[in-house]
Amino acid sequence: MLTKRRTVMAAALAAACLAQPARAEDVIKMGGLATLEGAFTVLGQDGLRGMKLALQEVNYTVAGKKIVVTYGSSDATPDSAVKAARKLVEQDGDQILIGPLSGSEGIAIKDYAKTQPNVTFLNGSSAAQDTTLYSPAPNFFRFSTDGVQWMAGLGEYVYKVKGYHTVATVAEDYSFPYSQVEGFMLPFCKLGGHVTAKFWVPIGNKDYSSVIAALPDDVDAVYVALGGADAINFLTQYQQSGGKAHLIGGSITVDQTVLGSKGTIRNAVIGTPAAGPTADTWDDPRWKAFTAEYRKAFPDGFPVPSLFAHAYYVNTKAALLALAKVNGDLSDGGKKYREVLSTLSFDTPTGPVKLDHNRNGIADIFVTEVTEGKGGVLLNKVIKVVDNVNQTLGEPEAEFLKIGHPSRDNPSCK
Amino acid sequence: MSPRAATHLVAGLLLLAYPLVASPFFVFQIGAYSLILGTIALSLMILAGYGGMVSLAQMMVAGVAGYLVAILGTNESGLLGFGWPWWLYVPVAVLIASVVASLIGLLAVRSAGIYMIMITLAVATAFFYFARQNYAVLNGFNGFHGVVPPHAFGIAWRRPIPFYYLCLAVAAAFYAAALYGERSTFGLALQAVRDNPRRMRALGFNVPALRVFAFFLAGVIAATAGVLLVWFNSQISPGTISVAAAIDTLVIAVVGGIRRPAGPYFGALLFAVLQNFAIDLIDPERFNTVIGIVFLAVVLLSPDGLLGLFARLRNAVPTRSFAEPEPARPAGAVPQRSRI
Repeated sequence: MLTKRRTVMAAALAAACLAQPARAEDVIKMGGLATLEGAFTVLGQDGLRGMKLALQEVNYTVAGKKIVVTYGSSDATPDSAVKAARKLVEQDGDQILIGPLSGSEGIAIKDYAKTQPNVTFLNGSSAAQDTTLYSPAPNFFRFSTDGVQWMAGLGEYVYKVKGYHTVATVAEDYSFPYSQVEGFMLPFCKLGGHVTAKFWVPIGNKDYSSVIAALPDDVDAVYVALGGADAINFLTQYQQSGGKAHLIGGSITVDQTVLGSKGTIRNAVIGTPAAGPTADTWDDPRWKAFTAEYRKAFPDGFPVPSLFAHAYYVNTKAALLALAKVNGDLSDGGKKYREVLSTLSFDTPTGPVKLDHNRNGIADIFVTEVTEGKGGVLLNKVIKVVDNVNQTLGEPEAEFLKIGHPSRDNPSCK
Repeated sequence: MSPRAATHLVAGLLLLAYPLVASPFFVFQIGAYSLILGTIALSLMILAGYGGMVSLAQMMVAGVAGYLVAILGTNESGLLGFGWPWWLYVPVAVLIASVVASLIGLLAVRSAGIYMIMITLAVATAFFYFARQNYAVLNGFNGFHGVVPPHAFGIAWRRPIPFYYLCLAVAAAFYAAALYGERSTFGLALQAVRDNPRRMRALGFNVPALRVFAFFLAGVIAATAGVLLVWFNSQISPGTISVAAAIDTLVIAVVGGIRRPAGPYFGALLFAVLQNFAIDLIDPERFNTVIGIVFLAVVLLSPDGLLGLFARLRNAVPTRSFAEPEPARPAGAVPQRSRI
């Protein structure tokens, strides 16, 4: 009987959180939203590591005020992200929200932000172009860049240096990979390249045999924008079925999980060019310091912070820098704070960042190539750093908007 | 007044007064959400508790109605959105989804137990993958966003308190209908089919027709809740009708108590509270474990779910006895009640 009563009491205890959150003057409430469930759990955990790192640097205190953090979890679907954000904002009373992680979540959170004008939203690592380029929310900021920007310089490099002129693409079927494929194709097509076939697969797909069978033989390379387990599964099956084409990677395709794997994938990925907002082996002192700090704080983390940790770190850092500038004063519903945020520019582990008029980051992007290092370790060597990439890839905005929303069929250059 | 009527009166008054004391978050995300989930689980409870048929496709039926609302009404995803008025698209969505439920019923009613679970799960899974990959009509992974309740009768139904009362009215109506249906000729026939389909067939009843009609009625309930669900989320995407969501519906019904209509609502309340607050009790990376353990504890301690737990607590002080419906033997997944 005692145990039964305890269960009931535990449930009642959870329900008894009815009390309004105390809004003491000397406390700033911040929420962290990441994917702690589903296919992107590992990535979400690393994202929060980045957020915690930025908070630890200031010892969870800004202008004498303590920062209290509550966390929310989503599973990469838009509804779960909105539900978690609603709880963090409306129940926990968070004044600043950092997140979400995944592309389509970002679009949903941006829409939600419009209904909460007194709360300041900073992106986590979500990188769909639509989030800020079309009908942006005035209180949603993205200091990390989007999936189109992350491809800057890759299309050019592939066409001119690698000499690939026809390409087929394989990517997951949602907003972030649409942005990645667009970012790769725009410069590539402009130079005269052709993308003859595109394949879109659901997240978490296990069997790629039908896609591999349908891949055209007469292409110079296959562009693969898959993440995590999807990338491994595709590359393994492609190898096993005797695929010989060169590979081109998206921003999260040839990461540590692929490079660290054993077997024939290793040989196949050597020489694969890719691009993204971070590069594991960049020898810049700022990046090295960041990596060392990350390793020290999280011995159980990755050997090198992922781009998710980096994006959450950069956005949290921005939130904290702006907080310091307004002396931690959010009493006007964060109006002054958001003004400061929109003009903020600072130095990140990957170079300077500032915002455009849609509150989307302008930052440096890295073009990398997989090479074999000492002792046969595979690593992404930095080929080129593209400075100050903006959301329209340097095009005039009016021209760029004519391209339209990135989607399965847009852009096209067969 | 019978004790049972008194309990209902008190519960009704508490539910009506709830928005007076609760914050908008609690009114909306806990209150309204529990009522919606509870109503979807109620449709499963009716099939499983009265009909002995466990269907995992109830969330899918709700999803079909939700998708229809987005397609026939308005959405902001720039796809379809015929802009019909609410008084037209709501009944049409509910009707079509209920017909879909009947079709699932037609497919499933000649099997029983674990096989029926498998068939309905297969249908639900197939629809989930179809929705995720169909871009022409269902807009694939992203689904539809910007699907909001209408302004009708001068009330903005999207606001937490009106929306809560809307959900409460719908839930109360279906709850009352379930209680009435339990004693109706159809309800009694359905329960008889559950207990002994052979004898019912021998008595001249058309057993499959009774079962399909039960699927239709449960479909009406699930579909109406589906309309509320898409309004609640103001969007619908395949995530709403995923396999996990289908199983959640069963979990809610079983944890609450699958034998009586009140059970699913208790289960839904526990589910909503845990889903929102478990993350505050423990390390954010482990909160799903807490949810699992609580559900496991409820089912282990009381095979009848929360309702059974309440009944046992009450029985510690014996007061009265009223005729409980014969324990159902729906399927392997539903724990059998041990005779005390």
